Amino acid sequence: MTPEERIAELLRALPTPPKGWVEAAKELPAARRGLATLVERIEHDERLRARAVADLEALLQAEGVEPTSAVVAHLRRRLAG
Amino acid sequence: MQPRLDAATDAELVALCRVGDDRAWTELVDRYARYVHAIASRVYRLPHTDAEDVFQEVFARIYERLDSLRDDDALRPWIAQTARRCSVDALRRSGRELSVAAPPEGVDESLARLDEALAVRAALEDLSPECREVLDRFFYRDESYLTIGVELELPAGTIASRISRCLVRLKDRLEPGRKPGARASGGKMDDNR
Repeated sequence: MTPEERIAELLRALPTPPKGWVEAAKELPAARRGLATLVERIEHDERLRARAVADLEALLQAEGVEPTSAVVAHLRRRLAG
Repeated sequence: MQPRLDAATDAELVALCRVGDDRAWTELVDRYARYVHAIASRVYRLPHTDAEDVFQEVFARIYERLDSLRDDDALRPWIAQTARRCSVDALRRSGRELSVAAPPEGVDESLARLDEALAVRAALEDLSPECREVLDRFFYRDESYLTIGVELELPAGTIASRISRCLVRLKDRLEPGRKPGARASGGKMDDNR
């Protein structure tokens, strides 16, 4: 294999991820700031807290947040803490 | 004028991310998105949905735990380790047989190859826009000479020779006289900064 062929092989080794995945990862800081605001509201609103305990995914959807596994896990940790 | 973050070292990016610089985070994701994707989908061969979960989980963990990174220059190995763990967890959840003590055959070799690929990718960023575009289209987007030629309004033969010429330039960037494979901290070639 020539060095150029080896480089070509290495170029092919890193496929482009779907655009939506990358955009979602880039939006993490903004999303986390939004979640921090939601956590604050939950902590100060008993009805909202009850909804979070009963069905966190549904609450997230109602708040316009996609309840991905990472988001739900993060929020559960925050609320447990 | 704001500094160019694509030339920043990993340590500089990490430091900026820690103080809440969203642009630095965007650059970090751009720099490592292909790497994380390749670990999940090619090294561990996760199906699309699982690979997406792993991809998001890796970046979420990195974002949450940046403060715990002891050596800011060790971002790439940390990301690799996180992606491995998340991929193994995904395999376990899906019920596929796997133990951490006995990872899939060739994982270490595959990861070493991805590290080389990341260095090549970083060197690619330092080529001319014409070279970047043609190599990106051909190798990453898998477009044919014909398709690229139509898009760029050039004959297919010109595209072929341009790809060949740009590969030689890329090879020269990757240190003359040495095979690609010299490890570059954080996926960036030190001599190209």
